Amino acid sequence: MTKKFASTDRYIATDDLSLAVNAAITLGRPLLIKGEPGTGKTQLAEEVARSLSAPLYRWHIKSTTKAQQGLYEYDAVSRLRDSQLGDEKVHDISNYIIKGKLWESFEEDQLSVLLIDEIDKADIEFPNDLLLEIDKMEFHVYETKQTVVAKHRPLVIITSNNEKELPDAFLRRCFFHYIKFPDAETMEQIVSVHYPSIKKDLLSAALKAFFEIREVQGIKKKPSTSELLDWLKLLLAEEIPADALHADNSGSIIPKLHGALLKNEQDVHLFERLVFLNKRNQ
Amino acid sequence: MLIELLFRLRDARIPVSITEYLAMLDGLSHGIANYSIDDFYHFARLSLIKDERHFDRFDKVFGDYINGQQHLFEQVIGDIPEEWLRLEAERLFSEEEKQDIEALGGWDKIMDTLRQRMEEQKERHQGGSKWIGTGGTSPFGANGYNPAGVRIGQKTGRHGRALKVWDKREYKNLDSERELGTRNFKMALRKLRRFAREGAQDQFDMSGTIDATARNAGLLDIKMAAERRNAIKVLLLFDVGGSMDYHVTVSEELFSAASSEFKHLEYFYFHNFVYEKLWKDNRRRHNETITLTEFLRTYSADYRVIIVGDATMSPYEITAPGGSVEHWNEEAGIVWMQRLLEKFPHVAWLNPEPEAYWSRVQSVKITHQLMQKRMYGLTVDGIGKAIDGLKKRH
Repeated sequence: MTKKFASTDRYIATDDLSLAVNAAITLGRPLLIKGEPGTGKTQLAEEVARSLSAPLYRWHIKSTTKAQQGLYEYDAVSRLRDSQLGDEKVHDISNYIIKGKLWESFEEDQLSVLLIDEIDKADIEFPNDLLLEIDKMEFHVYETKQTVVAKHRPLVIITSNNEKELPDAFLRRCFFHYIKFPDAETMEQIVSVHYPSIKKDLLSAALKAFFEIREVQGIKKKPSTSELLDWLKLLLAEEIPADALHADNSGSIIPKLHGALLKNEQDVHLFERLVFLNKRNQ
Repeated sequence: MLIELLFRLRDARIPVSITEYLAMLDGLSHGIANYSIDDFYHFARLSLIKDERHFDRFDKVFGDYINGQQHLFEQVIGDIPEEWLRLEAERLFSEEEKQDIEALGGWDKIMDTLRQRMEEQKERHQGGSKWIGTGGTSPFGANGYNPAGVRIGQKTGRHGRALKVWDKREYKNLDSERELGTRNFKMALRKLRRFAREGAQDQFDMSGTIDATARNAGLLDIKMAAERRNAIKVLLLFDVGGSMDYHVTVSEELFSAASSEFKHLEYFYFHNFVYEKLWKDNRRRHNETITLTEFLRTYSADYRVIIVGDATMSPYEITAPGGSVEHWNEEAGIVWMQRLLEKFPHVAWLNPEPEAYWSRVQSVKITHQLMQKRMYGLTVDGIGKAIDGLKKRH
């Protein structure tokens, strides 16, 4: 094996995640990634592509996306229009076959990365419709009667937010990795990758506040890595000193600029109430 | 040797098939994870497990399996010369600890007991105060509290952690047999979907248009269609007050999940059991009520009815007229319930009490029977089963 994926200067991959990516490349199997929102599932595909200098094809799935759209689409409406206008193009049906992301990645001569983002957004039948295509890396175009075969098996990275159960037959063909929420140590690495110039004391104060908020019972939307990074960006932009973040600071009852961390007014209320109770008990 | 892991996983109700097992072997033969046990753990999980809800069970099975493989170690220790162990002990224990060892009867006695117990003990053991294993207070085993302990099977991990990854049980919260928050409820409820085109035709129907145009000899004939919507209609009936106070959070979570999931959702409250009245606002429960007769008339039979309650009460509250704790009911709860069941073929009862207690409470047994066994636990698994039942056509 020539190329191996590991943490990059922009993305921290834990050992098990690198192992998962490398196993998927070696065995040519799709890699299904799940995890809390904001743990960098989509980012992973971008970073894998960048570090392997492989082209990346992004296929973002919506509730209306059909499996066929990833292969190709037959643009019947243009052909209809052209036929009414008497255009010469109309005699060759291949003029109206529009390639999908899967087809594009199949045409690469080198290893490419195909990201199927948020597969759970699509209809329940969607993964089943892609079974053969993902397994054999080939499909048939009925209109032109040709079979498209991948020149080089692309690395297929599939992300899911767990909104639907995926069919067993589909899961059986994938490797599955669950990105767990980073521990404090990994989080420090992640932050230092994004903000190398951040002051040590500010970072530790911020991380402490962050993990404390995540620990609060009953919070509706736990802040995730991406929210922490946004928050730090604000803290840096506002040049807030580290001691302003400590809970015993009497000036403010909740951490400054908490809007970046708590995205739900009930959570903010809950948090304020808890801080208030804590203070009274002190 | 590895095939045993596969069967143990299947025994633990983790759906692992031959395909996954072969994929793992394929990976191992490519040298993906041959050199460290941590890598092997990660790779085995990657290739065999397809759902984070099974991670915790996998961790347990894997821990047992790997420890089983370490029986080898136990056979070996008997052959280690005692002098060597003694030297190791000199190096490992502090002066203070050595004094404590003396307190237990001295080094010789400890080693003797150790050999003896190793012969008696055949399985992996954790906790407790006699057997060799981890986390206990016996002098033998790892991570224990006995200062005179002999460390067995505890190696410091690569990152300085003594605890193995699979021993941490980090994914315990994701196991599907536990009660979980809104998000998981939503996912479970989402299975109750039946898309249908209903209402105003406001979307361009491409294939219909092409079809009609072709039939129309090539002259454009535009067709419109209604948007696809979830056509399932749901009625939620909540038991409030009394013993249900302990289950407020979980009921709230179910309610918020359901209200965002279904377009046609109506909810009502009752106390302990369904009688002649239901109400919509718990604060004005005595003034603003809807009679069950009106309720049965208002909602069509294609509504799915989900009743949430612990069904824990005196049996008379169900079976006898005047049994209600709140008011005088002319007809018994069971009569009203039967009327409701006759009207709605799709009914499920979700019970927040753990399933194990059901058979011990008379009123739960009666209700379960009355519901024709359509009572399910208020867990993600339970909701899943309830939804499967609600989906069936009668």
